[in-house]
Amino acid sequence: MVESSKIVRPVQGIKDSYLAQARAKRLMNLILLVVFIVMLVSGFNTADQRNAGGFWAGLPNILDFPADVIGEAIARRHLLPGYMVKYFPSLLETVNIAAASTLLGAMLGLVLSLVITRGLAPVPWLIIPVRRVLDILRAIPEIVVALVLIFLLGGGPVPAMIAIALHTVGALGKLFSEVNENASLKPVEGLESVGASWGQRMWLGVIPQVAPNYLSYALLRFEINIRASAILGFVGAGGIGYDLRNTISWGQGKFDEAAAIFLLLFLTIVAVDQISSMFRHRLTNGQPSAKVML
Amino acid sequence: MTATATVLHGPTVALFSRKKIISFSVPLIIIIYFVYIFVSFDIAGIGDRINVNNARTLVADAYSFKTHVTQDNRTGEFSVAIEGERKGEYLSGTAPGWVTLGDRPVVDLGKGHIITFGPNVSYDIPGYGTIVATPGKRGVNATFPPGELPNYISASKNRVTVNTDAGRLTITRNRTEVFKYTYGWELFFFTLDSPYHGLGVWQLVNRAANGEAAAIFHDVWTNRMWRHGDVAWAMYETLLMAFLGTFGAALVALPLGFLAAKNFTPLRSIRFASRRVFDFLRGVDGLIWTIVLSRAFGPGPLTGALAILMTDTGSFGKMFSEALENVDDKQVEGVTSTGAKPLQRYRFGVIPQITPVLISQVLYYLESNTRSATIIGAITGGGIGLMLTQAIGTQKDWEEVTYYIVLIIIMVMGMDTFSGWLRRKLIKGEDDGR
Repeated sequence: MVESSKIVRPVQGIKDSYLAQARAKRLMNLILLVVFIVMLVSGFNTADQRNAGGFWAGLPNILDFPADVIGEAIARRHLLPGYMVKYFPSLLETVNIAAASTLLGAMLGLVLSLVITRGLAPVPWLIIPVRRVLDILRAIPEIVVALVLIFLLGGGPVPAMIAIALHTVGALGKLFSEVNENASLKPVEGLESVGASWGQRMWLGVIPQVAPNYLSYALLRFEINIRASAILGFVGAGGIGYDLRNTISWGQGKFDEAAAIFLLLFLTIVAVDQISSMFRHRLTNGQPSAKVML
Repeated sequence: MTATATVLHGPTVALFSRKKIISFSVPLIIIIYFVYIFVSFDIAGIGDRINVNNARTLVADAYSFKTHVTQDNRTGEFSVAIEGERKGEYLSGTAPGWVTLGDRPVVDLGKGHIITFGPNVSYDIPGYGTIVATPGKRGVNATFPPGELPNYISASKNRVTVNTDAGRLTITRNRTEVFKYTYGWELFFFTLDSPYHGLGVWQLVNRAANGEAAAIFHDVWTNRMWRHGDVAWAMYETLLMAFLGTFGAALVALPLGFLAAKNFTPLRSIRFASRRVFDFLRGVDGLIWTIVLSRAFGPGPLTGALAILMTDTGSFGKMFSEALENVDDKQVEGVTSTGAKPLQRYRFGVIPQITPVLISQVLYYLESNTRSATIIGAITGGGIGLMLTQAIGTQKDWEEVTYYIVLIIIMVMGMDTFSGWLRRKLIKGEDDGR
């Protein structure tokens, strides 16, 4: 009898302390949740006050503009194909800005990613400073570089291309270096033993191992850059964004051209997303490359 | 043995030749593409389009400022103003140390360059001589030392400009103006009308200790040149846009994610519909959402926050539904076996499994949305993005542009660090807590 009560008491104690702990944790979670909700609601109110038009006042009108645009587009739908042909060159420019900057950024990012990967870096003391440079490149929003370059070079696609490429270098440099860390060092050592230079070791030993991952990240970046390129056009850097701003500023009664541009942009983004995600899927999971054992 | 070798030989050669073709054709295609870009973007014409003067102003302005010393040649009125702006004007009777006030004010540009104002303006250039001008109705009437004019002086009947390393003097019939360049950012803490202008750090600390801290802070906060108060508000607005957009999207996307996940919504049509909604929200880019929403709500941070919310609801919905489809059923079955109701099954069987994924995704987006909020702010008119575009639009306040860029970089990097810290903290807490 005495024995069993002795056992029960510690169990009871453990149970109590467990429940107390669980209660404390639940209370903590509840407090965090309340704080979070208060922040969200008060933040929303602040944003609402500092906005030119209020949320509740604007909510009923939210569909007015889309309705205008869609209405006009339907009313003059026979003109839409013509507009699409008219704005196709601008669209091409936007896509070209994205593609060229992704390519440039990926190439430079590739080189820098090898420079900042431990074990592969040719000059170890360069790792930290180059990483910081990449951090800064990643932190600068594209629009900052683009606006300054527009001031220096005038409008057009080149400022946008440089701005997006710089950001891409920062973003891909970091992702690529994470990929490089997973590369096996054996081929690199093998190449080193036969006297290959750093460039040859990287080109023949590392890049073939991780190229599919590089490509997958670069494609993802291309999707992001298409959007960025459209936005930069809107602030004056050419392409479809620039036309969109012009056509919208023409005002009511002329929204059919804006509708055509909306549609072009939407279709392009969706198409690029779909195609690129299909390729990425193939690169990451499927289709093992034809293997030949030697 | 030989048979295997022959069998392998053919495909191997084929593979090698294919690889050879690829390794040569990919660089070739890239080069051809860049040539096309070079032509279609007219990169060769950049040299003609680049505005060297703008570049020079920009770089010089980013680390130095100029003080204008101006005399109205008709009324004799004399003024000294930083950047020639009214809000940087020295009160009458005061001037920087290198200007001696009086009937004939004297400006000492340093290195022996002395300019004397008055009805006759004279500029003593060391190693060259003295230029004397008597601006009046009939022109500038300048006399120069004998010999040919050096190329840093341009003179005509109505205008004389002298551009030396020490500064720049412009004389026209109506105005005499001197620009002196100084390193640094002018009036960064106090404007000239503040009693604290020109005090040293220790004097300020002393005064602050004597109960003037609030007044000192007020003068910095309301500095009319740099508008520190407005800048702080703008940064807060930008962060607010990112915060509201990201977490609002996460809250909206979580229930929708269940609708799009195969193992939670058996009805194919609902799944299909919610997935198309996500695709639509993502496909209509943040730019278009910003335009559409600003028509209804006007410019401001709320519009930016909602634009981010719309786009990210699409992205999060897609990611959440994928995470939900990867949920391990065993944990849910275990919870069910204890007699849990459906809601409890979700709460204790599903949510703990997906929270680490959700939190890391959401926090990753929070950092990237800080950058987006800057960009969207520039379009929709809110936050630091708007102040930046305005400063760039004036085409002369490059020191402010530099300041904003530095602030933006610090803000984004800070957000990156913060979200990384929070992610580690929350996900680690999640692991040992449950």
